[in-house]
Amino acid sequence: MKKIYRLEDLDCANCAAKMERAIAKIDGVSAVSVSFISQKLTIEADDEKFDGIMKEVVKTCKKVEPDCKILL
Amino acid sequence: MTGKQKKNLVRILAALGLFLILFITDKILNLGGVIGGNFGWLLPFALYLTVYLLIGYDVLWKAVRNILHGQVFDENFLMCVATLGAFALAIYRGVSGLEIEGFDEACAVLLFYQVGEWFQSYATGKSRKSISELMDIRPDYANVKRGGEVETVDPAEVKTGDIIVVNPGEKVPLDGVVVRGATALDAKALTGESLPRDVKEGDEIISGCVNLTSQIEVKVTKEFYDSTVSKILDLVENASAQKSRAENFITRFAKYYTPAVVIFAVLLAVIPGIITSDWSAWVYRALSFLVVSCPCALVISIPLSFFAGIGAASRYGILVKGSNYLEKFNRADTFVFDKTGTLTKGNFAVAKVTPENRREDILRLAAIAEQGSNHPIARSVTEAYGKEVEKGYTLTNVAGAGVTAASGSDIILCGNEKLMETNGVEYVKEDGLGTVVYVARGGKFIGSLLIADEIKDEAADVVSELNAMGCKTVMLTGDNEAVAQSVVNKIGLTHYKASLLPQNKVEEVERMLGEKGKNGALCFIGDGINDAPVLMRADVGISMGGVGSDAAIEASDIVLMKDDLRGLSLAKRIAKKTMSVVFQNIIFSLAVKLAILALSAFGITNMWVAVFGDVGVAVLAILNAMRVNCKYKRS
Repeated sequence: MKKIYRLEDLDCANCAAKMERAIAKIDGVSAVSVSFISQKLTIEADDEKFDGIMKEVVKTCKKVEPDCKILL
Repeated sequence: MTGKQKKNLVRILAALGLFLILFITDKILNLGGVIGGNFGWLLPFALYLTVYLLIGYDVLWKAVRNILHGQVFDENFLMCVATLGAFALAIYRGVSGLEIEGFDEACAVLLFYQVGEWFQSYATGKSRKSISELMDIRPDYANVKRGGEVETVDPAEVKTGDIIVVNPGEKVPLDGVVVRGATALDAKALTGESLPRDVKEGDEIISGCVNLTSQIEVKVTKEFYDSTVSKILDLVENASAQKSRAENFITRFAKYYTPAVVIFAVLLAVIPGIITSDWSAWVYRALSFLVVSCPCALVISIPLSFFAGIGAASRYGILVKGSNYLEKFNRADTFVFDKTGTLTKGNFAVAKVTPENRREDILRLAAIAEQGSNHPIARSVTEAYGKEVEKGYTLTNVAGAGVTAASGSDIILCGNEKLMETNGVEYVKEDGLGTVVYVARGGKFIGSLLIADEIKDEAADVVSELNAMGCKTVMLTGDNEAVAQSVVNKIGLTHYKASLLPQNKVEEVERMLGEKGKNGALCFIGDGINDAPVLMRADVGISMGGVGSDAAIEASDIVLMKDDLRGLSLAKRIAKKTMSVVFQNIIFSLAVKLAILALSAFGITNMWVAVFGDVGVAVLAILNAMRVNCKYKRS
């Protein structure tokens, strides 16, 4: 399943790259792209585990760039 | 300006004011001398530290928080180390009785860092907005007629078959057919075409156009999620997810750049420090290093350049699905064209019927065979016949040859010479230029139809422009040699391949992909009908006149919304400009950063310059990126 989320207060381009790398490492995520320009997170992950994966993603995002919020 | 930006601006201005007052007082009164003796440094330190905390408390807080999260090479942290380090050096000077200096610098570095960060965020926001405005085709509401009343609802709530009212000045919210009224529509945002299009009752219209002159009523044919405007928005919004090689390079580079600079900074402080024991000078140089260690200028400006390029292209009705395609398109050196509907108008018409005295009969039989097909040739036949077509025949498509229609023992063959030959029908060859359709019934030849197509007016110009750029231009067609040759001569293509079956086109493209140089890229340009496999196989698949054709939008990488080949050369120029700006930004930011690193290592520059190297370069690169989003001339 592929989903796109809006991001709020993603302030630095390098943080976007860091977030992308960190999210890609989460188990079950097959593709991820964090766009600093359009302030969007595109994520592709296993259908069944999607909710659990998203929880993990939010946690990772908090760790890497605490200011940035994922609008679920 | 967002609320956050406003708040930060006030804080920066206040801190800047305080800093200037403090700086000037310090220079005139020499604050270090107010309290005598070894504790002279305490007063300037306390005052500058106050300003420092005012401007930098958030940076300090972020640094602490990120360290707790295990983010060591965080730019906030590095900035704090650099500035606090500078304070420490200044205190060290004060304690050891040297001249008191350096507090102002430590404070100013963080201040300018914040100024730069603010400007960077402002410039990015501004450019993001100016580009997104171009793509602002999303309709906010629809006026739907329900039980005689007109209600204003969200476009997503409208069902197919509903009647919507579109007033002058409003956007058409959903695709549909005009059922009442006539008006002019502006499709500029969709196709880049500036001439309004006149529509009347019975005409199909697409969402995203702006109604210019008078009220119309429209019967909705597609729901919102399926409408043209949602498809285009989807495409544009996802464009930045497909990253180019340049972007990937830069993020990978950034990953190693910061740790490398930090390690180098540590070595720079320790090794010469031990050798010369002039610790304060070398530590100072190392701290300057840390200031330049953030790769933000690069990481920000590259995707922004691509985004600006994609935005500029969309203004001309050229939709690019990702920055990687813009990058590849710039390298494109082989342009493969489909003939029908791409180089030619695709408005087929029956030009000749042989023998003329059996015209009616031949058209009638051909129309029976072709009635099930949407192919332009088939449609031209049914149009030329113009009457009710007999039903009750079973139609079988023979790929690359034609159609057989059977009703009991009555068998009609309709197709090219291959179809006649495989069925053992003796036919009279037609030599006219165009597509020839032979008609036979019950194994006996009846006659032939000559169907001709017109070449697009701009085709020759565009092809010669591409040829002049050193590109190979190729035409692939299912037509025979003679037709292909005549088209090629008129347009000036460098290569062509005739008599191809649809599957041969894929093979042909595969072969050319194998032949092309490593750095080249192959583009296939088609009208999106029947060529989806080729569009996908090519490095860059380009479909034309994509408005309303879902398959084309999905299969291709670049969509020319307007059925005009000049979009190709325009897209090529935009791609070229984008790539040159990307290249400039990479070289410029790297060169400035490396130069500052080298100068700081030798102690020639100071921390002030280093701050410029960090944030100034980022701002300049952003401004440079915006140059991509300028006006381009249609050739």
